[in-house]
Amino acid sequence: MPVNYSPPPKSTPKVIVAVTLAAAAGIPFLFLGLVLLLTPVLKPATIDGLLSNAGIDPSWRTPAYVAALFVLALLMMNYGAIFSGVITWWERRVAGRIQSRIGPNRAGFGGFFIFIADAVKMLLKEDLVPADADALLFRAAPYFVVTGFALTFVVLPFGHSLVVTDLNVGVFYVTSVTALVVVGILISGWASNSKWALFGGVRAAAQVISYEIPAGVSIFVPIAMAGTLSMQGIIRAQGGLPWEWFVFRNPAALIAFFVLFTSQLAEANRTPFDLPEAESELVAGYLSEYSGFRFALFFLVEWGNIWVLSAIVTTLFLGGWQIPFVSAEYIDGLRGAGVLPSLAWWGWNAVSMAVFTAKTIALCNLVIWLRWTLPRVRVDQMMGLCWKYLVPAAFACFVFTLFWELAVSVAPRIELVSGVGFTVIAVVLAVLFARRVHQNIQAVQGEKIDLSNW
Amino acid sequence: MDANQYIALAAFLFGIGLVGVVVKRNMLVVFMCIELMLNAANLTFLAFARRAGNMNGHAIAFFVIAVAAAEAAVGLAIVIAVFRTRGTLNVDEVASLRN
Amino acid sequence: MPRKIVIWVVLAALVVTFVGVLGARMAEGAVLPEIILGPLGLTDALFYLFAAMTFAGAATVALSKNILHSALGLLAALMGTGSLYVFLSADFLAVTQLLVYIGGVLVLILFAVMLTNRITEVKISNASLGLVGGGALLVATVPVLVFVAIATPWATIVPAELAPTTREIGNAFLTRWLLPFELASLVLLATLIGAVVIARKELKQDEPDTSVS
Repeated sequence: MPVNYSPPPKSTPKVIVAVTLAAAAGIPFLFLGLVLLLTPVLKPATIDGLLSNAGIDPSWRTPAYVAALFVLALLMMNYGAIFSGVITWWERRVAGRIQSRIGPNRAGFGGFFIFIADAVKMLLKEDLVPADADALLFRAAPYFVVTGFALTFVVLPFGHSLVVTDLNVGVFYVTSVTALVVVGILISGWASNSKWALFGGVRAAAQVISYEIPAGVSIFVPIAMAGTLSMQGIIRAQGGLPWEWFVFRNPAALIAFFVLFTSQLAEANRTPFDLPEAESELVAGYLSEYSGFRFALFFLVEWGNIWVLSAIVTTLFLGGWQIPFVSAEYIDGLRGAGVLPSLAWWGWNAVSMAVFTAKTIALCNLVIWLRWTLPRVRVDQMMGLCWKYLVPAAFACFVFTLFWELAVSVAPRIELVSGVGFTVIAVVLAVLFARRVHQNIQAVQGEKIDLSNW
Repeated sequence: MDANQYIALAAFLFGIGLVGVVVKRNMLVVFMCIELMLNAANLTFLAFARRAGNMNGHAIAFFVIAVAAAEAAVGLAIVIAVFRTRGTLNVDEVASLRN
Repeated sequence: MPRKIVIWVVLAALVVTFVGVLGARMAEGAVLPEIILGPLGLTDALFYLFAAMTFAGAATVALSKNILHSALGLLAALMGTGSLYVFLSADFLAVTQLLVYIGGVLVLILFAVMLTNRITEVKISNASLGLVGGGALLVATVPVLVFVAIATPWATIVPAELAPTTREIGNAFLTRWLLPFELASLVLLATLIGAVVIARKELKQDEPDTSVS
C-alpha cells in the first residue's frame, strides 16, 4: 500500500518563518557575542585583576584558570560544531540552486533546521561496530579526528583581541595539529576491516601528507613578510585596505595565496579533491563502516574544516580583522588602564570581528561554489598537481619573497605599487564577474529580474 | 619543577625503548622503540638546555628530530622492500644481506 | 639456538658488570636529595599527567601484541614528550615534534603497517621472545639511570621564565650551528633521493625485463 505523504504546504506559516529567522539571526549572534565577551575576559591578567578586585584569596587563581580553560574549550568546540551544522544547510541550499532544484525546505523556513534534524537522526541511530573490526581502534578513531580539528581553534583569531591564546608559534601550531586528523583517518580506515575503508584511508593519508608540503611552504611567504609566526602578529603586519593585504603587496604572495587555498582544500578532503570518500568508487571511503554518532563526528569535522581553512587564509593573506582606516594601535590605546576594557574598545573589537567573519564567510561560500562546480580529479592528476606544480610554485614564491623583502628594504614604495596594481586588477575582475552574472540571469529571466524564489 | 624529574622520565623512556628493541621481533616495532629512545635523548637535551639557559640543547634536539625523520623515510622504505622480497618482518629471519 | 643463549649470557654479564661498577661509584659519593612534596601546583600536576601519559604510551609500544596498538602507544608517548617540551620552555620544538613525529613519522609507520600486512588479518603478528632477558635488561639499566638522574645535583644557571624561543633558535642556526644546519639539509636531501631509489628498484623488479643490458 503506497504511503501518502502530505503535500508540501503552499506557504510557510508565519510562526515558523519568525522562529527560523530568530534562530538564523540568534545562533551566530549568541556564539559570536560569547566569543566577543569571554575571550578578552578570560585572559590570565584579567582574571587576576577581577579576583583581586573582588577581594578573593590569590590561592583561588589556579582553579579560576582551569575553569576559564574549560569554559573557553566548551565555547570553541560548540562554535565549531554549530558552524559546521549551519554550513551543511547553506551548502545544500547552494547546491540546490546550482543544480536547478530546491534543496532542503521542510524543516523550518527554507529548511534551516535541517541540521538539527540531521543531528537528531544521527544520534538516534545504532552505533554499529563491524564484527571483525578492531573495536578499540574503531571506536577511538573519530576522537582523533575531532581533536585535531578542535585544537586549531586555540589560535584562530576572531578579532582584534578576540583569540583564545595568541601563541608565539601560532601558524606553525595550526599546520601541525591537523596531523592528528590524518592519524584518525588512517586508523579508522584500517580498523574498519573493509577494503573500501582501507583504500579511503590510505588515499586520504597520501593526499594530506603530499599537500602539507605546498601548504607549509606557501605559509612561509606571509611569515617572511610579517617576520613572526603568531597569527595576531601576521594580521597586525597587514592593514585594513586591500592594497595593504599581503595577497596584493607582493606578486609571489598572490600565487602563494592560490597554492595555499588549493592545498587546504585538498587537506580538508573537499571536492575537487574528495578522493578519499569518492562515493562512486569507494562507497564512502574511510567512513563506510561508521554509523550514528561517530559518523556524525566525521562530518562535523569535514564541514567545520571549511571555517578553519577560510580563517587561516583570511588571516595570512586577506588582512584578517584589520578595519580600514583604523589602526590596531589605535584600538590598543582605547583599552584604558582598568581591569575591564573600555566600552569603545569593545565596540571596535565587535567591528573587527564583523570584518573578519565577513571575509571568512565569503571564502566559505567560495569553497562551496567550487565543490558544486568542479568535477573530482583522478588520483594521478591529484598527485601530479601537487608535486609537479604546487610544490615548485610554492618554493619559487618563497625564494622570490626573500628577494622581494630585500628590495622592499631598499625601496619601500614597490609594495604600494604592487598593492595598488593588483587591487585594481582584482576590482576589474570582480566587476566583470558581476556583469557576467547579471547577463546570465538576464538571459534566463529577461529584463524583469525576479529574485523572489531565491 | 626540577630537571631531575625530566631526566628520570627520560631514563624510563630510554629503558623501555631499549627493552623493546631487544625483545620485539617485528621490524616496525623495533623501529618505534628506536624512536622512543631518540625522544628520551631529546627530553634530556631540553631539560639540560632549560637548566643551562642557552639554546644549544634546542639546536641538538632539532638535529635529532631531523635525523629521526630521515631515518623514518629510509628505514620504512627498507622495511617495505624487505617485506616484498622476503614476505616477513621478523628480524631474526632476515639475517643475511644477500638474496 | 645455543649460540643465541651464549650471546645473551655474555650481554647480561657485561650489563651487570657495567651497572654494578657504575652503581657502586655513584653510591659512594652521591646522596639521594630530599624530594619535597609540597602542595601540588598546577604545573606539577600537569607534569605528572603528561609523564604518566608518556610512560603508558611507551609501555604499550614495547608490550602490546597488536602492532597498531603499539603505534597508538607511540602516538601517546610522542604527544606526552611534546607536551613536556612546553614546560621546558621549548615551544617551537614542541610544535616541531607534533609536525615531524606525528604528522610525518607516525603516519609513515601506519602506512608501512598497512602496506606490509594483508587486509584480512586485523591481528598482525607481533611476536616477541626473550621476555626474561628483556626484563633483566630493564631491571639492570633503568634503576641506575634513574638514580643518576635524581641523585646528581645538576649544575644550574638560570631557571628563567618561560619565554618564546623561535627567535633564539633561528639565531643559533644561522650563527653557531650554521654548518650542522646545512649538513642536516644535505642529509635530508640524501634521504629523499635514497628513499626514491629504494622504491624505484622494487618497481623495476616487478616489470617484465625489457632492458637490453
